[in-house]
Amino acid sequence: MLRLANPNRFMQWSGKLLPWCAVATAILLGAGLYLALFVAPPDYQQGESVRIMYVHVPAAWMATFVYAVMATASAVALIWRHPVADIAAREAAPLGAGFTLLCLVSGSLWGKPMWGTWWVWDARLTSVLVLFFLYLGYLALINAFDDPTRGARAGAILALVGVVNLPIIKFSVDWWNTLHQPASVFRLGGPTIAPSMLWPLLIMALGFTLFFVTLLLVRMRSALMAAKLRALRLQQAA
Amino acid sequence: MNPFLALVARDLRLALRQGGDAAMVVGFFVLTVVLFPLGVGPEPELLQRIAPGVVWVTALLAALLSLERLFQADYEDGSLETLALLPLPLEAQVLAKCLAHWLVTGLPLIVVAPLLALLLQLDAAGYPALIASMALGTPTLSLIGAIGAALSLGARRGGVLLSLLVLPLYIPVLIFGVAAVESEIAGFGARPHLLLLAAFLVLALGLVPFAAAAALRLALE
Repeated sequence: MLRLANPNRFMQWSGKLLPWCAVATAILLGAGLYLALFVAPPDYQQGESVRIMYVHVPAAWMATFVYAVMATASAVALIWRHPVADIAAREAAPLGAGFTLLCLVSGSLWGKPMWGTWWVWDARLTSVLVLFFLYLGYLALINAFDDPTRGARAGAILALVGVVNLPIIKFSVDWWNTLHQPASVFRLGGPTIAPSMLWPLLIMALGFTLFFVTLLLVRMRSALMAAKLRALRLQQAA
Repeated sequence: MNPFLALVARDLRLALRQGGDAAMVVGFFVLTVVLFPLGVGPEPELLQRIAPGVVWVTALLAALLSLERLFQADYEDGSLETLALLPLPLEAQVLAKCLAHWLVTGLPLIVVAPLLALLLQLDAAGYPALIASMALGTPTLSLIGAIGAALSLGARRGGVLLSLLVLPLYIPVLIFGVAAVESEIAGFGARPHLLLLAAFLVLALGLVPFAAAAALRLALE
C-alpha cells in the first residue's frame, strides 16, 4: 500500500488496470440488468416493481461501502500522510453521494406503489438520509479552505467521525421495528431471498462495485494529472 | 490551581465579562419557540402535541448558534497557539472549553425550557423527562459541536459550513431527546431513551476530545 504513495507508480498501475475494469463493468452491468429486468421472476407480492430492488439494494450497499472506502483512505492519509489516499478519499465522496441519492430516489419510487408513500421517517431511511448529509458536509468542508491540503485533512477527520453512522444504518432494521424490511442477504442462517432473485442481485452488486472502482480510478487519474498540470504551469511561469 | 479548572474559569470569565452570550442564546431560544404558536396556530391540542419536538429543535438550533464562539475568538487573537503550548494536553483543553461552553449556553437552555414548554401547553407529566433529557443531551451537543467548530476554523463561510457539518450528527440526540418526553407522556417511561442519551454522552466524552484536538492541531499548523 505504501508503495502506491508514489503518484507515478499509481498512474502506471491504474492505467493498466483501468480498461479491464471498464470492460468488466460493462459486461457485469449489462448481464445483471438483462437478468434483473427480463429473466428474474416477478415477486408473488410485489409483482414487477420488485425489479427496482436490483438497483436499489446495490446502490444502498455502495452508499455505505463507498463511505467505508472513504473513511479507510482518510485514516491512511492521516496516519501515513499518504498523498494518493488523500486523493482517493476526496474523489470517492461525490461518487458515494451519488449512490446514496440513487438509493434514496429508487427506494422512494418503490415505496410509492408498495407502501403507498414516497417517504416514511423510519430508522433505515433516516440514517441513510443522514449519510447523504454527511457526504454533503464532507464535500463542503474539503472545498472551504484556500489551502487544499488543509481542506483534505479536515475532511479526513470528519470522515472518520462520521463512521459512527455506518453501524447505525446496518443494524437500524434490527434495533428498531421499522417499515423497511430486515436484512435478507447478509444474515446469520443464510439468505432468505430466492436464488432466482439472489443471482441477478449479486451480479448487479458486483457490477456496481466495479463501476465505482472504474470511476474512482478515472477521477483519481484526472485529479493527479490536473495537479501535475498546475505544477508545470507554475514552473513555466517562474 | 488545577490547569483544567483554570482554563474553565478563564473561559467562563471571558464569556461573562464580554457578556451577552448566554442572553443571546436564550433570547434566540425564546423568540424561535414563540414563533411556532404564531405560525401553526394557537390551538392547545396541536401545541401540546408538538411541544417536545419544538422545544428540542429550537434548543438544538440555539446550541448550534453559539458554537462558533467555542474556538473562533481564541483562534483569531492567537491565544489558541499559546494554549497549545501548555503542558495540559489539547484533548483535555477541548473538554475544559466544552464544559465552559455548556455552562454558559447549555445550562440556561435547560433553565428556560420548562417555561417555554409551559407556553406550548406541554403535558405536566413531561416536565421531568424534558429536563432530564436536556440535561443529558445538551452536553453532547456542545461536545459534538466542538468537532465542527474546530474543523471549520479558518474556513470560508465558516458559520454555514458549521451547521452543515454538525446538524447531521445532532440528529440522534434530537430523536431520543424528543422520544424520552413523548414516551413519558404516553405512560411508557422515559428511562430507555434517557439511558441512550447517557450512552451518547459517554461516547462523546470519550471520542470527541481526540477528534477536536486533531482538528485544532491542523488549524494551528
